[in-house]
Amino acid sequence: MEFLSQISLGFIPVLIGIILLYGTYKQVPTYESFVEGGKEGIKIAFSIIPFLVGMLVAITVFRASGALEALMNWIRPVMEAIGVPAEIVPLILIRPISGTAALGMTSDLMAVYGPDSFIGRLASVLQGSTDTTFYVLTVYFGAVGIKKMGDALKVGLLADVVGIIAAIVVVLLVFGAK
Amino acid sequence: MVNYIWVFMTIVGFIFAMINGTMTEVNKAIFDGAKEAVTLCIGLISILVFWLGMMRIAQESGLLEVLSKLFRPLVRKLFPDVPTNHPAMGYILSNMIANMFGLGNAATPLGIKAMEELKLLNGGKNSASRSMVTFLAINTASITIIPTTVIAIRMNYNSASPTEIVVPTLIATIISMLGAVMIDRYFYNRRRRKG
Repeated sequence: MEFLSQISLGFIPVLIGIILLYGTYKQVPTYESFVEGGKEGIKIAFSIIPFLVGMLVAITVFRASGALEALMNWIRPVMEAIGVPAEIVPLILIRPISGTAALGMTSDLMAVYGPDSFIGRLASVLQGSTDTTFYVLTVYFGAVGIKKMGDALKVGLLADVVGIIAAIVVVLLVFGAK
Repeated sequence: MVNYIWVFMTIVGFIFAMINGTMTEVNKAIFDGAKEAVTLCIGLISILVFWLGMMRIAQESGLLEVLSKLFRPLVRKLFPDVPTNHPAMGYILSNMIANMFGLGNAATPLGIKAMEELKLLNGGKNSASRSMVTFLAINTASITIIPTTVIAIRMNYNSASPTEIVVPTLIATIISMLGAVMIDRYFYNRRRRKG
């Protein structure tokens, strides 16, 4: 499984190379386009500050008070029986509901346990591989006025469950448990 | 829903602090949490600027369109109700490609356009058609090639290898995408049997 992390290392430089060469070939003003797109990035980073401040304050309060520990002790035996650290459970629960809240939790887990720990890696893959089902559902259906959702919510949430299980199994296989 | 969870965590935290006598820690946590959040956002700027800059080049050079054409045969199988040259198909494809590259902001308007077209195809009814449910399922389980934000956070916390999670993420997300398609088919067949 070592070669997978090797592919990961080469993946990004190759992708950047393709984008730059293809842009040059198509005579896109590459540098100027890059700068224009980059401005968007600054806007996004600043616009998520309030979301993260709100969520991280709630999480740090929840943890500092000892409430998180109590909750963990309560569900730990169940989760550990299937090989999942209890610390990851809040992230799993919030991921389909709020993207920014999940982002806050992911960064919190990495701050506490380190990005290269099992929990840090699992949080990374979970964050990257699932999407905010409720957000997509509300925005897309809301925008065009769909009132009857049919099976969309059920299908979306079940797909999330598959994604979460897949993330856990893949991280276990690629990086091992520790 | 988030509203309830947010208030719940804060209030339960305060109640626990009263019982456990951890009020000092909780007071400190309020300001630590806020500071941590702002520091994180500042740290995210570098990578967001870089990737959104790259993606703008990919968009303007037509690279995203080339990718859409590549995936057309596959998408035709997923949406048998949508005629091949219908504008909905183009929007669906561009939305999926934008999602793959973590372009959430670019993906959303494309997704909404796709929904509008799908609604027209469905005679403008306000209930979700088969294709709409499929489109949503694929969207929530969309394949991710570059998990930009996650890489940024990992860099921020000094990971030895911030990008080592790219391939595992790709594998996990392909599995969840396949899962979404199968679950969607299952529910579609069930609806059809019920008539």
